[in-house]
Amino acid sequence: MSHGRDTSPKPFAVVAEFGTADALLEAAKKTRAAGYRDMDAYTPIPVHGLTDVMEWHDDKLGWVVFLHGCAGFTLGYFLEWWTSGGIAISNTALQVNGLNPYPMNVGGKPLFSLPAFFPPAYELTILLAAFGAVFGMLAFNGLPKPHHPLFNAACMGRASSDRYILCVEATDPRYDEDAVVEFMRSLEPLSVERVMTSEGY
Amino acid sequence: MSGNPTPVDKELLVGQHTDASLDATIGDIILDQSRHNEPQVKTPIKGLMSSPWQIMFGIGFLLVNVLLLSITMLIWNGIGVWGNNQPVGWGFDIVNFVWWIGIGHAGTLISAVLLLLRQRWRNSINRMAEAMTIFAVMCAGLYPLLHTGRPWVAYWLFPYPNWLGMWPQFRSPLVWDVFAVSTYMTVSILFWFVGLIPDFATLRDRAKSKFAQFAFAGLSMGWRGSAKHWHRYEHASIMLAGISTPLVLSVHTIVSFDFAMGIVPGWNVTIFPPYFVAGAVFAGFAMVITFAIPLRKIYKLEGLITMKHFDWMAKVMLATGLIVFYGYIMEVFYAYYSGVPFETALLHNRIALKDAPYSWAFWTLILTNGVIPQLMWVPKFRQNMTVLLIVSTSISIGMWFERYVIIPISLTRDYVPGAFGFYSPTLWDFGMFLGTIGLFIFLMFLFVRFLPMINIFEMKELLHQKTHDHGHDEDHASGQPEEVLS
Repeated sequence: MSHGRDTSPKPFAVVAEFGTADALLEAAKKTRAAGYRDMDAYTPIPVHGLTDVMEWHDDKLGWVVFLHGCAGFTLGYFLEWWTSGGIAISNTALQVNGLNPYPMNVGGKPLFSLPAFFPPAYELTILLAAFGAVFGMLAFNGLPKPHHPLFNAACMGRASSDRYILCVEATDPRYDEDAVVEFMRSLEPLSVERVMTSEGY
Repeated sequence: MSGNPTPVDKELLVGQHTDASLDATIGDIILDQSRHNEPQVKTPIKGLMSSPWQIMFGIGFLLVNVLLLSITMLIWNGIGVWGNNQPVGWGFDIVNFVWWIGIGHAGTLISAVLLLLRQRWRNSINRMAEAMTIFAVMCAGLYPLLHTGRPWVAYWLFPYPNWLGMWPQFRSPLVWDVFAVSTYMTVSILFWFVGLIPDFATLRDRAKSKFAQFAFAGLSMGWRGSAKHWHRYEHASIMLAGISTPLVLSVHTIVSFDFAMGIVPGWNVTIFPPYFVAGAVFAGFAMVITFAIPLRKIYKLEGLITMKHFDWMAKVMLATGLIVFYGYIMEVFYAYYSGVPFETALLHNRIALKDAPYSWAFWTLILTNGVIPQLMWVPKFRQNMTVLLIVSTSISIGMWFERYVIIPISLTRDYVPGAFGFYSPTLWDFGMFLGTIGLFIFLMFLFVRFLPMINIFEMKELLHQKTHDHGHDEDHASGQPEEVLS
């Protein structure tokens, strides 16, 4: 049924299948040298150097983890400082809708016991940093994503096992499907496939 | 992970393997039910044949029921069913808590510390060890939870706004424990799950049954192994390892603070944090060996978990064992050298064979934890499965006695002679202990059944590196630049 839009499958990418990581790396270099920019590779293991060949870099995750860690540390100490009424600001100023600090004199230690308050703040630093690392990685990777146009390619069934797939995406400015297929064949892959998508239309 | 300066030890992956054969060796243990029904062996029950998996799972299941019964008894009647009483308020519950937490530490050490140190031998044992971490922490967590007496209000331990206007007492090591253990549990599960994602994708693509395909597709979250994804994935792994390393050190340090911050003679010792951490690694490696030996035999994984792995694990065990033994010596020395009458009395109370009612526990500890592990000096014994199994079991027993000696025995006689007493655990103490061992076995064998017990993609990476080292000259001949590897 048409909604006034063109919902027919569109070209998404051309993929070539290789048998080893080294063959893939070699092919990726040639593809980059041929001027293709929007590339990706799908491999069962992390192949080091691929992202360098693709001239693609992303350091955002490190910052996310760092900031999460800072947030955890601050949150931990803030919680301990506020709940123990550590700094003598008027109590009413700190009251939030019936929430009160609960100052306790423990062995005459200061209300804000910096060293003794360290372990919970430390654990919260680690907890939030770990959340940042895991959920940040998933978010930047766009996962979970149960379906992806690439799963339409027959060779993707073995990309998690023993096949190394090189992909040139249709978003590439120099993308001309027939030319890409022709170029990919010259890399002597095991197979070349055109991948279509109906996503986003 | 990034960068590989040393060549791969050929003995880490024995036999002819390809990517596909690794998938089959590891993945088919899960996808093929029949792998768990063989070999059929005789059981003590006459005429009943069963597979090792079925036997172990059965034992685990029975003991889980013992656990449920013990917990029901405890909650129905109250903490009085345990042997804890004045003067010993911390008995089996805390002993077992510390014991389990310690066992968990090997998993994080193998997955995090060895990752940072780029030790490739971690690859085939890390998944199993991480599973142990999670299950051991689950067993550990039960004890303080139930020891609160009213586990249904255990959330009081966490800081949350409430109409009582109360907040936790953040100077208390027990509150630190809540933060440390819950963080440890959460981070261990995350680390484990992240490691599993690519393997779930492999299993999704390999599975034949619709249900398995669907389940693994969901768990893999649509992982497709994109180079960009791998880049962030490895980045995340290395950072998780970086934050897990201080975490694992902090957890047992904080557990040791539960004692070291107290004034009880025998607890108030500054050497506790490092010696507890070393003890945890010691106990953890012993447990990994105890499980790895039968599992590799049952599932024919001799090519993946090799003698080299056992050799190194035994060496780590020996090294940490020596640190622990040094700790024991220092405890004795501190007590003697301090000249504090209470400390000297405690020392006497621990070691005097005739006068001290619990000295048998101390000497059992020295034998099982101090003497027997010295067998690991002999290379031949590090290669002998029977000796390894005996030593690792001995260490598990010894580490339990270590906590028994420290916790209840120190409490039986502290400062006031009028308050001296004895500690005798009850049937339900033993029920809980056996029950948690059962829960651990039960969960481990469920894990073996449903999740890949060896990290598939890391083994493939190892294979890749191994073949790469082999054909290094060819790479140079083909003009491959060196920095590609880094």
